[in-house]
Parts: sequence; structure tokens; C-alpha cells
Amino acid sequence: MSRQATRLDAKKVNSELLTLTYGSLVSQMLRDFENIDDVNKQLERIGYNMGMRLIEDFLSRTSSPRCLEMRDTADKVQQAFRMYLNVQPTISNWSAAGDEYSLIFDNNPLTEFVELPPDMTNLRYCGILCGCIRGALEMVQLEVQCWFVQDQLKGDNNTEIRIKFIRRLEDAIPAGED
Amino acid sequence: MTIYNMYVFDKYGTLLYYGEWNRLRKSGITEQEEAKLMYGMLYSIKSFVCKISPIDTKEGFLYYKTNKYALHYLETPSGLRFVLNTDIGATNVKEFLQQIYAKIWVEYVVKDPLWTPGSPVSSDLFKLKLDDFIKQSSLYGIRTI
Repeated sequence: MSRQATRLDAKKVNSELLTLTYGSLVSQMLRDFENIDDVNKQLERIGYNMGMRLIEDFLSRTSSPRCLEMRDTADKVQQAFRMYLNVQPTISNWSAAGDEYSLIFDNNPLTEFVELPPDMTNLRYCGILCGCIRGALEMVQLEVQCWFVQDQLKGDNNTEIRIKFIRRLEDAIPAGED
Repeated sequence: MTIYNMYVFDKYGTLLYYGEWNRLRKSGITEQEEAKLMYGMLYSIKSFVCKISPIDTKEGFLYYKTNKYALHYLETPSGLRFVLNTDIGATNVKEFLQQIYAKIWVEYVVKDPLWTPGSPVSSDLFKLKLDDFIKQSSLYGIRTI
């Protein structure tokens, strides 16, 4: 880990700062929208826009080639979590077809110091992560679906994000060619 | 040694950036036309290389060379295409392009909140940094002729 940290030379930020900034973003949105579904939607959208940019940073640091298999992709997603959030999710629960898997988090830096009030059980507090994964993978021509199966904030043991491969997007053809 | 010009395309073929340093000859068509022509050619070469290759194509098209200049090509998995024209003596241009991507593009374009993905880059800071980076590289060298 330390070897990698020096090689990548990332600017280090205290994770508490991120946690609290994210917390204030979510609470501001809850105040702005009132409707929790809208907040979920917006968090997902913010994540999507972040992922679209974050993937470039990830690719330029790791100079990894395009993934040809979902298992490669899973490894890369795991690596990205280590890089950006310093957590190592476990990859498990592969579906038989190999197109669906889970990322299991023992702890989630975004949810430290967070407790969900009982009237907000359908708030997806970390929805931004799903959006981020979706946005990043879409930039490398993979359309995936991404959702929470378990959430520590809702009393589950782990936080589990499920990722399902939908389809491979085709490369764009220049205008005027068929 | 010299660097002539550079194009950056996104995966839809939009020209995101065009930079010129020691270009000695103009094509005589507008920049937009030229970009379309360039992208079309790159697209054709890429698919040609993939189809005709007798072995597995991991990296695909890397560069081509004429008597007078060489065109180097870097495609990221996210579909960005960096194209750099240099003289034929240039070496290690692939690493150089990779550095432009990591140190200049990601830092000053992707992390610029005022840039909308998929639109041409107009940031002056990016222009400045790219210019510095190119001029400081060993590839740039002294202008000859």
C-alpha cells in the first residue's frame, strides 16, 4: 500500500473532512427537496457526473487497458475504491453467468458518524457511490446497473453494492460513415 | 527534433483541442474540416489494423511515419484520442502522450469544473500548461529549417 501511495503521489485528504462534507451535502439536499426519492435521484446523478470524470484520473494513474471481462472490471473497481476511499471491498456473490457481482464493505468512510433518522429509511445515503460506478463504467463502454442490497445504516451487518452488467456499448462511428 | 501539432478527439469524434507549434504547411481547409478528415482517417486505420492483424491486437494502431513526419496515436480506454505529429526522429512519443494525458489533460481539463465533458476545451490554463510541457520536452528541441 505504501509503495503504491508514493508511486501515485496523490494529495492526501483526511477522510473525516470528506465524510463531513458529504454529510452536509446530503443534509442540504434533504432540506432543499424534502422528498427523499428526489434526493436519491440527485445523489445518483451527482455520482454519475463524478464518475465520468473520475475514470479519466483512474485510467491515467493506472494506465490500465480496456477490460474484456467482468472479472477484470471487478478488480479495477476494487482497486479504484482502494485508491479513492482507501477501503478494500470484497468481491463476492458472482452470479452463475458471471455478469453480476457484489462489493462488500466492512466499513464505509462516507457513513462514519452517520445515523439515519427512522423516518428516512428509504434514503440511499451512499447513492453517490452507485452513480459513480455507473458513470465511470459507462465511459469505458460498459453499461451496468448498480444498487444497494445491504446497508449498515439500515442495520445490516455489511454494506453491499450489487453490480449487474447490462451490455457493452458500441464504439461511435464517425458521422457520414455506415 | 520538433513537434508540429496535436489533436485531441473524444470517442464521438468531436475535436476537443487543437494545438499548433511548428507547423510549416497548412492544409488549406478549415480546422473543422481538417479535424473531420483526420478523425475519419484514424477511425479507418484503427479498424483496418484490427481486421488485418495476423495476431491478437492488444494495442492496435500506434503510429505511422512518412518521409517527413510521424503521426503518433494514443487512445485511452475511455475513448479519448491524442494525436501528435512530430519529425521522424522522435522516440518514446507514446510515453510522452501518456504523460500529456495524465499530467495535463486530467489535471487541467477533467478536473476543471467549468469544462463540460464532450465540448471543446477553451481553458487558458490548460493551453499554457500544455505549451510549457511541450516546449520543455526533449522532443520539442530547436526549430530547424
